[in-house]
Order: sequence, then C-alpha cells, then structure tokens
Amino acid sequence: MPILELKGVCKGYGHGAQRSEVLRNLDLQLERGELVAVVGFSGAGKTTLVSMIAGLTTPDSGSISFEGKAVRGPGPERAVVFQSYSLLPWLSVRQNVKLAVDQVFAHWTPARRLAHTEHHIALVGLSAARDKKPAELSGGMRQRVAVARALAMEPELLLLDEPLSALDALTRATLQDELARICQVSGKTILLITNDVDEAILLADRIVPLDAGPAAKLGPSLSVDIERPRDRKALNHDPRFKRLRAQVIDYLLESGRKRKQRLCAPKPIEMSPSPEPAR
Amino acid sequence: MQEKNFGQRAFDNVVLPMLGVGMVIVLWAIVSATLAPALPGPWKTWQVSKLYVLSPFDKRGELDQGILRFTWYSLVRVAKGYSLALLIGTPLGLLLGMSQAFTRSFDPIIQILRPVSPLAWLPLGLVLFQKPEPAGIFTIAMCSMWPTVLNTALGVRSIPQDYINVARVLQLSRSKRLLKITLPAALPYMFTGFRLSLGIAWLVIVAAEMLTGAPGVGGFLWQEYNSLIYEHLILCIATIGIVGFVLDRLMSLVENKLKVA
Repeated sequence: MPILELKGVCKGYGHGAQRSEVLRNLDLQLERGELVAVVGFSGAGKTTLVSMIAGLTTPDSGSISFEGKAVRGPGPERAVVFQSYSLLPWLSVRQNVKLAVDQVFAHWTPARRLAHTEHHIALVGLSAARDKKPAELSGGMRQRVAVARALAMEPELLLLDEPLSALDALTRATLQDELARICQVSGKTILLITNDVDEAILLADRIVPLDAGPAAKLGPSLSVDIERPRDRKALNHDPRFKRLRAQVIDYLLESGRKRKQRLCAPKPIEMSPSPEPAR
Repeated sequence: MQEKNFGQRAFDNVVLPMLGVGMVIVLWAIVSATLAPALPGPWKTWQVSKLYVLSPFDKRGELDQGILRFTWYSLVRVAKGYSLALLIGTPLGLLLGMSQAFTRSFDPIIQILRPVSPLAWLPLGLVLFQKPEPAGIFTIAMCSMWPTVLNTALGVRSIPQDYINVARVLQLSRSKRLLKITLPAALPYMFTGFRLSLGIAWLVIVAAEMLTGAPGVGGFLWQEYNSLIYEHLILCIATIGIVGFVLDRLMSLVENKLKVA
C-alpha cells in the first residue's frame, strides 16, 4: 500500500469568472521510504500541492490519503520544510527545534527531549550556532534549522517545498550534498518539490514533472536508476544522468510550449521567438 | 553614509537643539514684552518658580509642594489608570485580533467610544464612583486603552501565515498557540499601542486633576490659575511636556529593543 496517494486532485482559487484553476487531476503515489521529486516551473502550483498534502489547504475535488486514511488537516506526521523557512524569529535555533520536539514528543522526559533536539541540530551541523536567533544566521543556516526541526519531528513523510531555492548557487550545492546524506541516513519517505532538475536527479529515486500552469498536470514518472551515493562531478558525465535530464527538460519545455499555444490559440500569427525558459 | 566625527555629532545633537530652545525663549521674552503683557516673561517666570524647581520635593502645605512632588502624584495616578487600561485593553485586543465575529460585533462600538473626550468621561466617573480619585482613574483608563486595543488586534492579524502554518503542523493547542506564537509575534505591535496609550494617559491626567482638584501637576496648574500666579502655569506646562517626552522616550527604548529581536 502506498504511504501517500493522490487521486484526481484539483485545486483552484477565486470564484466565478475570476476563478483560475491551478492544478488539474493530479494522481500521485509514494511508496514508503521513497524519495520522489516533483519538478516544475515556478508558479505552476508546486506550493499549493505541498499545502494540500500537508493538510493546510483542502483540494476542491479528488482525494488525498495518507497511510490509507483521508487527509483532514495538518499534523506532525507530515512535516513540512517551507520555502520561506518559517522559523520563529524570537526563538533561538535550539528553541525553534525544541518547540517542535516538545510538542510531538510530549510524553518523553525533558532530558530525552533536549538530547533529541541537540542530536538533530548536530545532524545539520549547527551545534555551534544553537543559541543564535534566526536573524543572526545566513540563509543556508536558517534552511538547515528548518530541516532539523522537520526531521526532529520524526515524520512519516517529509515535505520539502523548494527548500534550497532561496540560496545562492554555492550554498545550494553544499546543502544538496548534505540533504542527500541526511535523506540516506534517515531513510524517510520524502516528497521534494523543486524547480532544479539537477537537484532532483541528485536526490530523488523518482522524478515526476509538473506541467506549466494554469491547470497544471503531473507528467509521467521517471525513475532515477543511478546508484548512491551520487557524486555531483561524476554525475555530469554519466550518460544516464544526461538522458534523464534531457527527458525531464524536454517534457517541461514541451508542456510550456503547448501552454503558450493554448493561451494564444485565437491568434494564428507566429509569436516572436521569445527565449525559452531554458537552463 | 559617512561616519560623523564626535564634534559634528555633538553639534547636531546638543548645540542645535539648545539653539532651538534658546530661540523660543527669546521669542517668548519679546512676545511677553510687546504683544501680550499678560504673559509672564522668562525671567519673571524663573524668579517666581525657582522655589518649586530648586527644591522639587518639598511639602510646605497641601497645595504648596515642589514640582516633582506634584509630578510624582500625577505619575502614580497615571500608573493606576494606565495599568487598568492595559489589563482591559490587551485581552480585548487579542480577542479582536483572533476572532472575526468578535471584531464584527464590537468594532463599531470601539470606534464610537474611542473619540470621546476625557472631559466627557469624568462626570460619568464621578457619578459612578462618587469620589474624585477613582473617577480620575476610570477616565484615564477609558481614554487611553484604545491604542492598546487596536494595535494589539492589528498585531495579531498581522502574524505571518508562515508562523500560523508552523502552529498548525505542530497541532499546538489553543493556549500554547497563544503563548508560543500569537503573543511573541504580536508583541512589537502591542508595545506601539502601549506607548501611544501612555501618551494619552499623561494627556488625560491634567484634565482629570483640573476637574477634580486632586493634588498633582494638573491640580496645581488649575489652583495657580485661580490664584492668579500665571508664572506657575508656564512652569506646569513645561513640566507636563518634559515628563510626557521622557515617558515616550523610555517606551520607545523598550519598543525598539523588541523590534530588533
């Protein structure tokens, strides 16, 4: 039985004529222990998808079930690492993580909760900064705190919503490697949402492209049959990597082109060659 | 921006303000000597007031005390009314911020009560309590609580969705959510309200004391007006202004500290 199952999920915003459909008829299954990456353009509705799985918003139609039960609301068994980190600025690194630990493991002894907190701060390499406030940390460090907080909740499913997109390229690469290590160590079921195809291939077992919106659909799932640990440098020369990367990008560009045609349908005139959203 | 050196900063922060004060005093002297002979000049004001300023804590009689002693009475009265305002205003603001239904129900009445002058509340207070002291405190509370109410409500409404999502994913209980998320997130806004409320409380004290004749800066002002010692009016006005300024500065110090955190 899949741990997470989406069936015909649709979601839109607004009413009547102003209504815009964001996601149409999504089907997705995640097996336990699997790391699936959903790759798509920005603005395609990726964050909406995460919010629905987290239970923060409800789909208009279709169903989302988690461990065989319909998702009715948010819960700590589906932890989210938000794009904006969403750390509480008045709490230190330790307090931010501990707030989650205290809540989820309320039945533990205080000493055990503290040790659990420290362990997860160490896991993301932030022990030295544990008493700092988020404002004193760099973007990459804040993101690690958010990851530590989510992992410390020991969720059944970890939802990563473009966790590294706000970071510069170098920090991003470092954190990708670190995330790969943490994912492997934790062996958790993870849904990674990203707009970076390389990141998806580096981290995921399976990649599912998300069409360009509006009314975005999920594309065919592509499995990443590259052994771990994956080395960023070696990967660049791996023919399987190149093939996979081309497949995902072609699919996304094709969907973007179809969308453009759809939107410009009444006008048969060829549009001026606009730059493709290439990488 | 270029760092200014010490001399430059001393000039900006000390010399220029002193110059401004000096110019106003000169203008005051000229006006009292020419246009408005009823207005006591600066020198005469100092001569008549210096006993009150130089021995500010003396008590020579019920109505003849040093200016800081009077200020102290007023501050104690303000503290009582202001505390009452915060005790009522903060929970009211939290409720308004958290519940749409509550806002719909009570926002109109708040908007109607908010602009009512202290001069209108005081007689009602006298009717309710039959004594000037609680009537004054009641008036201060009724006038000064509104900025606290409105800013607290605004603070709660302005909590970023991110923080609320954290609370929802963690399934925090209502009370935990209030203590761990809502209050800390709204605190900077609340303090802005507290500061504005204190300003109003201090504004109201003079009116309250004038009407009730209670000993304090406002009471002293009214009594000296009736005794035709107009120099003391200016002494009182200056004192009220300076104390109000100091209170506001102190509150902004705390406020800024909260904003950085």
